[in-house]
Amino acid sequence: MTDGERGGPDDAILRVRDVRKSYRSGGGMLEVLRGVDFAIAPGGFVAVVGQSGSGKSTLLHLMGLLDAPDAGEVHLDGGRIDDLPAHRRDRIRNTAIGMVFQSYHLLPELDALENVLAPLMVRHGVLDWLRVRGRARERAADLLGRFGLGGRLHHKPRQLSGGEMQRVAIARALVTEPRVLLADEPTGNLDEDSGAGILDTLCELNARDGLSIVLVTHDAAVARRAAGVVRLAAGRVAAA
Amino acid sequence: MYKLLLCWRYLRTRWIALVCVASVMLGVATMIVVNAVMAGFSHEMQTRIHGILSDLVFESHSLSGFQDPRWHMDEIGRAAGADIAGMTPTVAVPAMLSFQVRGQWLTRQVMFIGIDESTHSLVSDFGHYLQHPENRRQLSFQLRDGGYDTFDSQADGEAGEGGPTRPAMAGAGWPHRRMRVAREKLWREKAARAGGQADDDSRPVRPVDQQVDAVLAATSPGVEPAGGDAPRRDPFRAARPEEGETMDPAREQFTGIVPGIGLASFRDSDGVDRFLVLPGDDVKITFPTAGTPPKAVSDTFTIVDFYESKMSEYDSNFVFVPIEALQRMRGMIDPQTGVPSCNSIQIRLKPGADLDAVRDRLRKVFPAEMYAISTWRDKQGPLLSAVDMEMAVLNILLFLIIAVAGFGILAIFFMIVVEKTRDIGILKSLGAGSAGIAGIFLGYGLFLGLVGAGVGTALGLAITWNINSIRAGVEWCTGQRVFDPSIYYFFKIPTIVDPFTVAWIVAGAVGIAVAASVLPALRAARLHPVEALRHD
Repeated sequence: MTDGERGGPDDAILRVRDVRKSYRSGGGMLEVLRGVDFAIAPGGFVAVVGQSGSGKSTLLHLMGLLDAPDAGEVHLDGGRIDDLPAHRRDRIRNTAIGMVFQSYHLLPELDALENVLAPLMVRHGVLDWLRVRGRARERAADLLGRFGLGGRLHHKPRQLSGGEMQRVAIARALVTEPRVLLADEPTGNLDEDSGAGILDTLCELNARDGLSIVLVTHDAAVARRAAGVVRLAAGRVAAA
Repeated sequence: MYKLLLCWRYLRTRWIALVCVASVMLGVATMIVVNAVMAGFSHEMQTRIHGILSDLVFESHSLSGFQDPRWHMDEIGRAAGADIAGMTPTVAVPAMLSFQVRGQWLTRQVMFIGIDESTHSLVSDFGHYLQHPENRRQLSFQLRDGGYDTFDSQADGEAGEGGPTRPAMAGAGWPHRRMRVAREKLWREKAARAGGQADDDSRPVRPVDQQVDAVLAATSPGVEPAGGDAPRRDPFRAARPEEGETMDPAREQFTGIVPGIGLASFRDSDGVDRFLVLPGDDVKITFPTAGTPPKAVSDTFTIVDFYESKMSEYDSNFVFVPIEALQRMRGMIDPQTGVPSCNSIQIRLKPGADLDAVRDRLRKVFPAEMYAISTWRDKQGPLLSAVDMEMAVLNILLFLIIAVAGFGILAIFFMIVVEKTRDIGILKSLGAGSAGIAGIFLGYGLFLGLVGAGVGTALGLAITWNINSIRAGVEWCTGQRVFDPSIYYFFKIPTIVDPFTVAWIVAGAVGIAVAASVLPALRAARLHPVEALRHD
């Protein structure tokens, strides 16, 4: 394990420091994260592994600003981001972080191309959008083409296979040119071949484009594809 | 941008939303139709009231009136001359009108109004409501030689359709009068031959047309009506030297009057007007003199036309007569100076003049103890405000229909928010803010409101503009009379579409649609992204 994965280097893109998170569960509180330190260096590819309920998804949500830690800090490029006002956190989520989920999470009303364009539409107002629309569509179509979906731009999610949907989701995460890609069990719902294809894609993005990737998985075989592995157990980072 | 796109997609893919659109649409359409019809009725009524009443009425509290209307008119002119388009003096007294129908005397309580035939049409639309086309052009209290309308001249579009609605008016005027005189003469002769004392006042009328024709041909000037005839009893006979000592009712008339049509006719359920008396018939009117205490005097008058304002209150109450005749008969002319009195002055203002301001200026000049100065709106205040209130209440009730549509939107939107919870989580993970998420649902509500209000407006206007065809269709289908002209005195349902009202209705409907989507939108905005993403 290198310093990069343990939150050592100063040039980490995304870093969490001693974050804690508990959820109300039944009558009491369930402590999911009990002080976790984690960082991802530029160009890094780290897999976070652990059993179900070990807090790996929660960690990813905190890094992606979808949830706020009870204690601890989240830093992006050296600046703290978890305590920013809501609109700035929204902005960071939109521009700096790309997320991919186990169940794809595509918008069913939109076709593949529109789904990829969605983050850009969120970013731009109507008038602004009219100005950048041409370029954005070109870029989204390029991305989909690169993932072998050039012929399926106008298919609705329900007309696509699981692997195709996940590739659309990756394209959506990348269309904003994020600093880091957070993937939460991206192969969990896929058969072996499709899952392997998705992992190949992620590895290629990391190797060729230098994209920083945090991959959450419970599957050791999947984790092996990453450059580094962090193991979570009982809400803490365990020795890998 | 995503807000617009998603609104549009949700609108296109959620057909349940069309239920909201339909209820907003129906509410808007109903409100537009009801408002247009109510405004039509109200406008029709106001036009009629205003057509009868002049803009301002300057009245004396006393039945005897005030002296020298000329001086008063000059004073009024000095106080508000710039705004005044015309003035005319009138005398109005309560009176009783009696006429004979089939041997039976009918008496009606009326308002007997003396008007100046040359200037009265300057201050009101009086002339417009008469039945003879010539009288509509210029009123005359001389009986016309026929040519009275046999249909309702104000029922534009449907005038004369399906035959005349007033066939009796075809013979009105001098022909009717000559026929009647001849018939009466024949009865008297028959009665005389039978040896009985002629008492035409109680004799039933029977058609005896052929004999009447013969007598008609023989009628010649100088034939004096039999004893006991009205002119003989006329107490003011001496005051009217121009009529001569004796008169021939077949060639001469008494002082002309114009009674309201409601006094002389009734409308049956087929929309045909049946007349009790016609222009050319003589009637007796009993009215008070100007002295104190007033004494009742009677005179005989000849009906020369009918007045039909379509306001039954006026049509069954007013009888118009030349003002000089009434002043003379009531003793309102000073015997020494010859200066007449009158008890009101009707004033018409120039277009655009402020009624209330002119009224207030005149009130400052003329003491309130002596004179009552009121606008036509003041005069009909209770009626007009009752109509306004009816409209307001109706609007509130109808607006509740749209409010109900609002609750429909609220419920359906909550459903859509629950259904779309995961999508909301996705959008949040892509960086959409809470305001943006709320904006999707507010925009969606706005879309629904606009579409509903737009279609509703189109539907409402289409119904309004074709309401009379729709009425005819409904009547044809059900066989029931939906709009009975004998009740309303209109042949068509009047409608007025006020763009301002329509704009308010549309704005209200859209406002309700947006307001109803506020709660669901807030709920959507507050969803926690992680929980939303986990939602199935």
